[in-house]
Amino acid sequence: MFGRLNWSAIPFDQPIVMGTCATVGVVLLTIFVLITAKRGWPYLWREWITSVDHKRIGVMYMILGLVMLVRGFSDAIMMRSQLALAAGHAQGYLPPEHYDQIFSAHGTIMIFFVAMPFVIGLMNFAVPLQLGVRDVAFPKLNSVSFWLTAAGVLLINLSLFVGEFARTGWLAYPPLSELAYSPGVGVDYYLWSLQLSGIGTLLSGINLTTTILKLRAPGMGYKRMPVFCWTALASNLLIVAAFPVLTATFAMLLLDRYCGFHFFTNDFGGNPMMYINLIWIWGHPEVYILILPCFGVFSEVVATFSGRTLFGYRSMVLATMVICALSFMVWLHHFFTMGAGADVNAFFGIATMIIAVPTGVKVFNWLFTLYGGRIQFNAPIYWTLGFIVTFVIGGMTGVLMAIPPADFVLHNSLFLIAHFHNVIIGGVVFGVMAGMSYWFPKAFGFKLNERLGKAVFWCWFIGFYLAFAPLYVLGLMGATRRMQHYSNTHWQPLMLVALAGAVVILLGIALTAVQIAVSIRQRHANRDRTGDPWNARTLEWSTPSPPPAWNFTRLPNVERTDAYWHMKEQGVSHRALPGSFVDLHIPRNTPVGVFLAFFAVIAGFALIWRIDWLAVVGLVGALVVVLREYWTTERERIVPAEDVAAFERAHGALPVGHERSEVRVASGVES
Amino acid sequence: MDMQVQPQGQAPGVDPGEQHGARSYLIGLMYAVALTLASFWAATTPLVYAPAVPVLLAVLAIAQMGVHVSFFLHISSAPDQANNFLSLAFGVFVSAFVVFGSMMIMANLNHNMMPMDELTKMQR
Amino acid sequence: MSADEQALSPIPGVSLALRGPAPSRVVAGFGFWLFLLSDIIIFAALFATYSVLSGSTAGGPSAAELFDKRHVFMETLCLLASSVTCGFGLLALHRTDTRALYFWMGITFVLGACFLTMEGKEFAGMVAAGAGPSHSAFLSAFFTLVGTHGLHVSLGLVWLLVMLLQVATLGFRPMVSRRFFCFALFWHALDIVWVGVFTIVYLGAK
Repeated sequence: MFGRLNWSAIPFDQPIVMGTCATVGVVLLTIFVLITAKRGWPYLWREWITSVDHKRIGVMYMILGLVMLVRGFSDAIMMRSQLALAAGHAQGYLPPEHYDQIFSAHGTIMIFFVAMPFVIGLMNFAVPLQLGVRDVAFPKLNSVSFWLTAAGVLLINLSLFVGEFARTGWLAYPPLSELAYSPGVGVDYYLWSLQLSGIGTLLSGINLTTTILKLRAPGMGYKRMPVFCWTALASNLLIVAAFPVLTATFAMLLLDRYCGFHFFTNDFGGNPMMYINLIWIWGHPEVYILILPCFGVFSEVVATFSGRTLFGYRSMVLATMVICALSFMVWLHHFFTMGAGADVNAFFGIATMIIAVPTGVKVFNWLFTLYGGRIQFNAPIYWTLGFIVTFVIGGMTGVLMAIPPADFVLHNSLFLIAHFHNVIIGGVVFGVMAGMSYWFPKAFGFKLNERLGKAVFWCWFIGFYLAFAPLYVLGLMGATRRMQHYSNTHWQPLMLVALAGAVVILLGIALTAVQIAVSIRQRHANRDRTGDPWNARTLEWSTPSPPPAWNFTRLPNVERTDAYWHMKEQGVSHRALPGSFVDLHIPRNTPVGVFLAFFAVIAGFALIWRIDWLAVVGLVGALVVVLREYWTTERERIVPAEDVAAFERAHGALPVGHERSEVRVASGVES
Repeated sequence: MDMQVQPQGQAPGVDPGEQHGARSYLIGLMYAVALTLASFWAATTPLVYAPAVPVLLAVLAIAQMGVHVSFFLHISSAPDQANNFLSLAFGVFVSAFVVFGSMMIMANLNHNMMPMDELTKMQR
Repeated sequence: MSADEQALSPIPGVSLALRGPAPSRVVAGFGFWLFLLSDIIIFAALFATYSVLSGSTAGGPSAAELFDKRHVFMETLCLLASSVTCGFGLLALHRTDTRALYFWMGITFVLGACFLTMEGKEFAGMVAAGAGPSHSAFLSAFFTLVGTHGLHVSLGLVWLLVMLLQVATLGFRPMVSRRFFCFALFWHALDIVWVGVFTIVYLGAK
């Protein structure tokens, strides 16, 4: 009746897991009780859960990423502490079966449920505002995308308490991930959780690409779009092109596991190497999906806080689109050692080195923008400068491994681990943190505490080098990845330094929570009253903080790049003139997203545990939700002109050329 | 349903000249049937040099896909079809790399590496 | 049309990219086109897998032994014809001609159903003859590639019925026209994929 599910699925014999379960249970219960006590459920349901507003959805993605960062980082601390202990004859405190699940969960969570939500959240929030439009192309689909990602999060968190997780690493290579060698539910949890969130991500990619190509303010041609929107376009094109390959590959592995097919099995003609080939066809574009929007964030931050137009707009755009195209031509560098032969390896090695060139172009453009500018040394610029140094080092170690003979020595060693953490932390994490501190005032109406922000940066920056520089050395000394213990005790001191680094980063994460709490307490002192706290250049800063649901009362007319800066220079009023307010049509909220996700979790859980009748319930439920939505005819709500007018009055249509920008522009200091 | 020039270009599948609508489908059908017959003939006839048959089949298939794209979906290189055309080109570019890249890589791997079932036999 | 769309009118001489947000039908059509491209990339991955595994018959039957070209030719004609009748149905939609719409889309449905029946028979025959998908990598790849296409056709037929029901209950409002329009894109794309399938799988069998 319940398939393979029974009481033995709950790991009563694992104290760490049970302890986590208890803690999470207490925290969730507390939150639940607090919300109920404050009668917050109607508010939450109306304003957040059923919201189709891209700004709300963007914030929810960021919250999701932050929560999962805690779990992913707990895995990291466990791995570092295990390795600090397990030298020589010592076995540490994590047996291999447990350790294998930890490193698999760490990678899966960090890539799919921390980095992706962060990056998609930033793009969701900022792109429509920068384009000068009211929302993304398909607001309801946006809600569905978010909730499907949340469904994936729920499933992967359930795997901790009910059953087990995959022991295969974050990409689940066969034949280990086949039924013969992973007969438990771990790999199934992995596959279904990622298939669900993968659908969400793909829909998001379609949504944002359509938004950027078809929905822009009047006058905003392609050459007047902010650079962040260009990088968002490239990233979303990559999502649309690469995620289907992931879906197909996982589907084939699922068919092997559930229906006895032989795509990647050891017998009956199966070929496990084909899986590795396909998964990296997805995997390489995936890392560019993560990094390109972060490059965009840095472009915005550098221009704003040097007070200058970004240097080399056209070469930036060209470099971005070249990276987009080339990212599909390098994937074999992830498996140089799998035996393709020298000529194939050479082609992909050279292509990998070529793809470093447009990135170099971008770095020089940022440097030339900073040079000669009047730099405001605040948190976003700290993250940017930290990124430039760290990412360049990481990129160089990547080019080093792009040489196949070098890669034969370093493949799957701790050197590789150090390289990709170098570029992901230095690039993606630093970029997301910069984006968060940059756009936080726009989203919430007050700035984050600046001192704590800098403290967070230093913890991450110092922590990162402490944690990963030893790993470069260890990799060169022969230490491999995914290793539960090691016999060479000479490695232990370096492992201890790495653990220290992880602890420093942990401090940084804790300080982020403190920063948010303190900033909320200090919000009245740090209130953003003008909507433009940074004296910035792009259109999102022309709205009040936070912007109304409809973003712009009147869609702006764009005449050149850095549209808002141009408006300020011209003294153009970017608010609607009184008397010209009309009723605005905006999309209605919808529960479709959360209901679909609900049935998706039921179906996913049922499929994992082979509970057939429950899977049918889930699928039928999802179908009913979709059909009901299909017949819904009331899809918009009207914001009456009086309400729009009242909002504009309350937020003060700003006088032409308001004080701050007047001083800055008139002094001629910035170009 | 207005077929005039749209801001940001036309949607795919819309025929700008509506009165020619039915004709476009019939002409497309004619070409498609001819190309299908040609493909089936090419696969079975002894008249074509055998190693060239796959190439001929590929050409005929690509031609027929082009007929569908052009006569049924009305995608062209007109300025208001630019987004549709470029997206299609990107999709084709990626698909080509996926298919031909995989075939080339796997052929290399299969040539150099021992087959899986022999490898597992070695381990026993 | 919203206030924003009313405020914009096509201005001759101004580049398309500068004219502000596109109307809903263009946005919906283009978004669906991107979805179709992503679907085509799923098929590309399946085609790649089929090409790589087509020789791995594990001692079982191979492609040349299993496929009947005349059967495939009939299937091809069914699907091709259904694409054309779908096009005629779309023209009827533009004219808001209900009877012609039901007629042409009805024929489309029947032709699609014929295609599926023939394919179903082929699959059943193969399974009965001991050539089911779990017997070799080649067979797994074949059933998955051709079966995924068949699954798309089945979902398309369900969608078609839903759309006809929408026209019957909601009439020709913009929301319904947009969706029917997306259905037509979907149906044409499936025929494009089929061209690849019959060429590579059936005619390419050695």
